[in-house]
Amino acid sequence: MASGFAQWGNDLYTGRRSYDIVGKRRLWFLIGAVLVLISAVLLVRPGLNPGIEFRGGSEFRINEIVDPAEQPAIDAVTAVSEEEEARVSRIGSNALRVQTATLTSEEVEEVRTALAEAYDVSTDQVTSSFIGPTWGADVSDKAIRGLLVFLGLVTVVMTLYFRNWRMAAAALIALFHDLVVTVGVYAAVGWEVTPATVIGFLTILGYSLYDTVVVFDKVRENTVGVLDQSKATYAERANLAVNQTLVRSINTSVVALLPVSAILFVGAFILGAGTLRDIALALFVGMAIGTFSSIFLATPFEVALRQGEPKIKEHTARVLRSRTAASEGGEPALAAAARASGQIRPGTHLGTAAQPRRKPSKR
Amino acid sequence: MLALFGSLLAGSRWSDASLTPKLALDLEGGTQIILQPVTENDEEVTPETISEAIAVIRQRVDSSGVAEAEITSQGGRNIVVALPGRPDAETLALVRTSAQMELRPVLTVSGPAPVEDPAEADPAADPAATAAPTDGEPAAADAAATPAADAAATPAPAPEAAATPAPTETAAPSDEPGKEAPDNASDLTYYATPKVQADFAALDCTDPANLTGGVQGPADRALVTCDPDGTAKYLLGPVEIQGTNIANATSGLEVTQTGATTNNWVVNMELDGEGTRIFRDTTTRLQALTQPQNQFAMVLDGLVISAPSLATGVIISDGKAQISGDFTRETAATLASQLNFGALPLTFEVQSEEQISATLGAEQLEKGLIAGLIGLGLVVVYSLFQYRALGLVTVASLIAAGVLTFGVISVLSWTQGYRLSLPGVAGLIVAIGITADSFIVYFERIRDELRDGRTLQAAVDKGWERARQTILASDAVNFLAAIVLYLLAVGGVRGFAFTLGLTTIIDLVVVFLFTHPLMLLLARTKFFGEGHPLSGLDRRRLGGTAPRYAGRGRVVSAGNAGTASLESTSEPKVPVTAGVGGSGQTIAQRRAAAAAAARTTEPGPDAAAPDPSPGDGAAEPTSGRTEGNEH
Repeated sequence: MASGFAQWGNDLYTGRRSYDIVGKRRLWFLIGAVLVLISAVLLVRPGLNPGIEFRGGSEFRINEIVDPAEQPAIDAVTAVSEEEEARVSRIGSNALRVQTATLTSEEVEEVRTALAEAYDVSTDQVTSSFIGPTWGADVSDKAIRGLLVFLGLVTVVMTLYFRNWRMAAAALIALFHDLVVTVGVYAAVGWEVTPATVIGFLTILGYSLYDTVVVFDKVRENTVGVLDQSKATYAERANLAVNQTLVRSINTSVVALLPVSAILFVGAFILGAGTLRDIALALFVGMAIGTFSSIFLATPFEVALRQGEPKIKEHTARVLRSRTAASEGGEPALAAAARASGQIRPGTHLGTAAQPRRKPSKR
Repeated sequence: MLALFGSLLAGSRWSDASLTPKLALDLEGGTQIILQPVTENDEEVTPETISEAIAVIRQRVDSSGVAEAEITSQGGRNIVVALPGRPDAETLALVRTSAQMELRPVLTVSGPAPVEDPAEADPAADPAATAAPTDGEPAAADAAATPAADAAATPAPAPEAAATPAPTETAAPSDEPGKEAPDNASDLTYYATPKVQADFAALDCTDPANLTGGVQGPADRALVTCDPDGTAKYLLGPVEIQGTNIANATSGLEVTQTGATTNNWVVNMELDGEGTRIFRDTTTRLQALTQPQNQFAMVLDGLVISAPSLATGVIISDGKAQISGDFTRETAATLASQLNFGALPLTFEVQSEEQISATLGAEQLEKGLIAGLIGLGLVVVYSLFQYRALGLVTVASLIAAGVLTFGVISVLSWTQGYRLSLPGVAGLIVAIGITADSFIVYFERIRDELRDGRTLQAAVDKGWERARQTILASDAVNFLAAIVLYLLAVGGVRGFAFTLGLTTIIDLVVVFLFTHPLMLLLARTKFFGEGHPLSGLDRRRLGGTAPRYAGRGRVVSAGNAGTASLESTSEPKVPVTAGVGGSGQTIAQRRAAAAAAARTTEPGPDAAAPDPSPGDGAAEPTSGRTEGNEH
């Protein structure tokens, strides 16, 4: 199978096998738009489930319990405060987390004692915390500010690096898509949004752009001097770049997703609610979506933007014209092969080491 | 790297470093309190004020005997106090109390040790301890250095007065003042009640428990307290000037009347209107008194940070006081910022108070590490599967990166007090993927170059050139994300951003200084250089399909090297260029085009091959050359 995969990679590289990703861009845009729409709907209903850091309230943790049933905790809380609805979730193998609205310090003590009795542990094993509602908001405030600053900076850096603002714009569109979809999936799963989740979302920023930059770097390399030749259009060169980096994209996303899925698995099934699980879900979804968008959205977007440029437009028209002329001349197969060729410019000298050499005479 | 671990090892041997990084609260267990400083009149809280508030809290916590408390500012606005273990309610209350600055007249000063018998309260018995200058306090006097007209307070040369009227030893000293009303704030008879006297005698400033501060004391009564270092104890009069009356305080070099700058560091304190008025009266009164009652104590958070005495003949009427003494640049700046802090009294609002169980943290860490190991194992398996022997390079590089990261974090934890938190661990695990990606980009580029028909060494050179650019660009984006997150974010986000940035740098270091040199070495070996089927760089499998000029007018087309069966498919294996733009064609391309054209007329894979030795055409010239180079 590996040899099949390698062969597939070869074919993609040489253009012998090519997926018309850029050409079918309307389809990908449609899929992307639908995904974003679904996520937007999910964000409204059921919506994100804010964690205690955002709601504010009191939290109790009961450690070293034998039977982690949830009902006794709910009963214990209602015994102290009538209308209080406790949220109980399991953490780790032998601990429970009970969250309530903000309680007075007397109530906190009462609930602690009640919980300790309900689970037959010493009160030392019940810890309590108080979290102000502003804290989570503070964290997200900072996160959003960070996001905006980051986006501004990264636009400048990418524009400078690629010497073209369109690449930065396309990367940002892909990034926006990734973020919205990731948040949407998180809303659909219904886990609580904690600062850890916010961290996960922020990491998606870095990762999504990282992935896109790698693909764009190849696009840039492939399209250097594209206007000086007439064998292939800009879109075709860009499509070749996407195909050539396809193997890398797949390998990278598999390698990046493996550790994350390991955390997600351990977090979701063994540890229960907590930092690791929340980060891992956000990362898992974000990385998978990020790979999709770097292949199917970023480059097609970039090409769509570039084709608006008069120079590129004119060049594309010229290439297509000459191609029609050539096919009328009876050479369709050869023209197609040329389009897929790996290089625009003739090869360079590979150095003297690459030259055939006489074996040193053995004396 | 050797130096890194050498220093770490040496540090753990001869210093307090440990070979493993210290853990943050969420892994170690403890209590975390997030405080938001609030000013009374909505004035802006400056970072300087925050850092001063942190210093005050640190003084309290450290003195209360809690080891390894971590007090940091969060995003320049909040203060995070992390206390390991489960601190008692008293400690927690201590953290939350607000700090005030007060100016009180000194009534009595003595050595820090408690006096069992009040008769021994004569400080002459213990003059050495009091006279010792301390860091923050200008105890060593230099009266001659302050002839300034408007300004004038010189620290006491040596506190000499004492609890002069030795109180009679009664079972319970009365708290009744000696007379009806005080004549003034320095009235010893009124304020030094027998109880205050007894408290003063009993106070032990060498005991850290008494240096926590936080006890302000009633403003209209005497206060018995210590200086923050526990080198002297004071009996102070009632509050005369509040910290809020301080308009401004700066530190600088002393400027004499003639305008010449001397080499002495001083602190200039400016009072507001009300403060100026009170201070004029106070200095007038203090002028008539003798040591130590002509001293004026600045009390921050219940501890005497400085107690300068008034220079002879000076009455400060314009509210501008200059404190001189044995200052260095740092101590002068510290005192100035303490005074400024006092000018803006803060109350702390508790934003969150969280207790984290140690067992839970340990479980999370353990499971997190297991998850990381599983993930690493999967990555190793996958890269071996994909890249064969080259996968080993990935594994070795990942191990190098891992060891390096561990070392750097341990050293940072030792020298900078960095603590590994759970988000930090998550950042490390995520970094596995990002680090491995650099190697994947590099390997894919090398393979691309091989497909273009380069020899392995040339492919490594050229591939590196291109991969380097990609790796640098993408890592720059990643690093940018980490920096922005670190600078702007708070709490756990910071820990995550830190590890992300750190691993990005380490990724670069490893790729540049380990993986690439390793590849250069490997490219010279026979196993890789000849493209052994297991090396992951097998030219036949990669199919260097581009026609390659093999010298003497011949073209090597790897397309017919070993994969003849594929040629029967309808797609042409060899990409050929057509007549369009033919002027730019190389000889090789033209020949290949001719060959392809021939094939379309008479199909048959071997007939079209321009290569005289189709069996292993691609590898042969390479192998011969490689051997030739090596031997």
